[in-house]
Amino acid sequence: MVRVKLWGSLRALADGEEWVEVEASNFKELLDALSEKYPGLAPQIKRGVSLALDGVIYREAWFTKIGPENEVVLMPYMVGG
Amino acid sequence: MAFDAQAERNFKVVGTRVLRPDGIDKVTGKAAYGADISAPGMLHGRILRSPHAHARIVSIDVSEAEKLPGVKAVVTGADLAQPEDDAFSDVAINCLARDKALYDGHAVAAVAATSKSIAKQAIRLIKVDYEVLPHVTDVDEAMKPDAPVVQEGRALETVPAGMSQNVTTHCQFGHGDLEAGFAKADKIIERSFKTAATHQGYIEPQACMASLGNDGRGEVWCCTQGQYMVRANCAAALGVEESQLRITASEIGGGFGGKTSTFIEPVALALSRKAGKPVKIVMTRDEVLKATGPTISSSMDIKIGMTKDGRITAGQGVLRYSGGAYPNATVEMGAQAAFAAYNLEAVETIGWNAMTNRPKEIPYRAPGAPTAIYAVESVVDELCQELGLDPLDVRLMNAADKGTLSSYGPTFNEIGLVATLEAAKAHPHYTAPLGPNQGRGLSCGFWFNFGGNTCVSLNINDDGTVGVVEGNPDIGGSRASISMMAAEEMGVPYEKVRTVIADTSSLGFNDITDGSRVTFAVGLATIQAARAAIKEMCRRVAKIWDIDEDAVIWEDGCAKPAGPNAGTHPPMTLAEIAAIAGKTGGPIAGHHEVNADGAGVSFGVHLCDTEVDPETGAVKILRYTVFQDAGKAVHPDYVEGQMQGGAVQGIGWALNEEYIYGEDGRLQNAGFLDYRVPVASDLPEIETVILEIPNPGHPYGVRGVGETPIVPPLAAIANAVSRAAGVRMTELPMSPPRLLKAITG
Repeated sequence: MVRVKLWGSLRALADGEEWVEVEASNFKELLDALSEKYPGLAPQIKRGVSLALDGVIYREAWFTKIGPENEVVLMPYMVGG
Repeated sequence: MAFDAQAERNFKVVGTRVLRPDGIDKVTGKAAYGADISAPGMLHGRILRSPHAHARIVSIDVSEAEKLPGVKAVVTGADLAQPEDDAFSDVAINCLARDKALYDGHAVAAVAATSKSIAKQAIRLIKVDYEVLPHVTDVDEAMKPDAPVVQEGRALETVPAGMSQNVTTHCQFGHGDLEAGFAKADKIIERSFKTAATHQGYIEPQACMASLGNDGRGEVWCCTQGQYMVRANCAAALGVEESQLRITASEIGGGFGGKTSTFIEPVALALSRKAGKPVKIVMTRDEVLKATGPTISSSMDIKIGMTKDGRITAGQGVLRYSGGAYPNATVEMGAQAAFAAYNLEAVETIGWNAMTNRPKEIPYRAPGAPTAIYAVESVVDELCQELGLDPLDVRLMNAADKGTLSSYGPTFNEIGLVATLEAAKAHPHYTAPLGPNQGRGLSCGFWFNFGGNTCVSLNINDDGTVGVVEGNPDIGGSRASISMMAAEEMGVPYEKVRTVIADTSSLGFNDITDGSRVTFAVGLATIQAARAAIKEMCRRVAKIWDIDEDAVIWEDGCAKPAGPNAGTHPPMTLAEIAAIAGKTGGPIAGHHEVNADGAGVSFGVHLCDTEVDPETGAVKILRYTVFQDAGKAVHPDYVEGQMQGGAVQGIGWALNEEYIYGEDGRLQNAGFLDYRVPVASDLPEIETVILEIPNPGHPYGVRGVGETPIVPPLAAIANAVSRAAGVRMTELPMSPPRLLKAITG
């Protein structure tokens, strides 16, 4: 299981939880599992999210490995100028 | 791709100040910008724009315009496709309105004619029947339940029910117990702030020349921060396949994020398709200010608690941003960045975006961060004043560092904020004496940086030179820095490498030049491409020497035997290997394709001294110093240029620049006479101090530097002005009338 931290405004779409647990070994599995377990998150995930793995931000990278030992944080999709 | 773990790498090219490859062309006028491209038989396009802030388009009669001799095509929104994807649809509708004009200056029709004067005459003959609607241009007004609705049905699922339909985005970040945090504070300050929308202010207006046949094949030459983005937007708006559009980026006269969208290219293509000839459109400055992206306007509330000795106990912020007439996610970036410089036990930032009848916001360096950090850093400064504390010591005491749980969620790894603050404290600027009516301000700044999709091809030419092909327009010196990294890796002089920007048909997809990504991500891909070419050259030499591939190493631009067991072969230079490439297996090249991550966040600290004229409210910038962690500065001149440029743009944002709307919702200052950007005579020399704390996500330790410098100036200047004037300024710009009013009460 992987623990994922959700940003505040997503928590209402995930039973009010800040941290949620899903079965996943990479980012794609994580996003798929989140969408399935919490359908309210699916629109945001479809629009795009970034993920921080142990403090390093990934904008996409589906196949990045993750495990229970990692700090995983869901973040809005990064935009820049 | 991780940092090359070498005890001390002695760079030979990286870190030097080589001549810029575009310098001579630019100072001699040879460089070809967007408006410099022409073609035989070319027509001139011109766009008719709405004079209303908000109006339903009842009908458009183009018949008289079409009859004018010399007019070859007229188009309206009906000539563009209606993409299903919201982002593509918004771009298309912003290029040519459909049912409603959403802001003063919104394009509603366009003509192509044999001369500019005929085109200008023709658009006056287009009759648009408007039903004028109520408008709203202020973000706080737009959030009220009874506000005029700019667009219906655009709210995301995170927006609570019952709000104005203008509210499209809601976000919230943070951690900890705010109530407990504020209870620990000896002093709490709450302030509200407003900032005006400002424009990126690039010197070169948008310009393009486009050609599209009825067979769906087209070409576009334009100034842009991303030719692949232009291709995608045009393909969606014209309903053609991307493979049939070839987009070439011209030299670019500034972007700063403002050229990360399209405004005229789909219109020129639609006109060309109708007319059967190439069409050129060059925007006027009036059009640039009215209809291309300014940044957001904002209204913010900040509350921070602090102990007597300077420890921040809690921070809370509410940001209300408006990115004009379309939804956008800029507030999410601002809300994440607001408190990022601090190690806080309790923090919360809430963000809202509301649509207004203003032009579509387009990112402007570190979008969303400068305004949010301006508000936070202003309150931190005021707390320091009230408690009699040194503002730099307070920031050092509370600075985020490795292991800090960031205000936006993740735990920080190695970051350079403390080192940057210490450099500022040690600098003579910080303790230099101040005179009457003078004040010193400082601010931290933060930006995320990112990498993104990148392709690079590196070709070994038969004369021993190296060609690099990359796909990101050079807005900040990337051709030099990419050539330098290629030269460093290949072991050849910088002068032996030339980097060019590919069109969309010559190289795989690249993200736009944004997010401070190019030196990081394209550099990373270039190093990998060079390593691939080196590997191939070593393989060829191993065959020549009849030894194992592993027995050949690359050093100083030569293939050499790895050790005594590999034989006593004399080194082969890159030029020698290149000259016989045809005999050893054919042309040698390396390429790399990646969606790069690991860009690493960036911090900066700005120090500013100002003098306020109490009789006029005018502000003079006396001294300005920028401190920033650049990872590894590939070309220090360009890094310093980014730092100086950010400071100067921030000075304009803080002191003078603003979109001014009348009661009628029309922009009143669409020109550089009334929209005042800083000029050289307004400015002191901007001093720079580059810190080099290697980014572990890049082989040379490179970190993006392009966006962080725009973040701290607003607060650094506001803090300096507030201290000089003896009154806390909470609205930008701090133009002379506003400051004078604050001083005189």
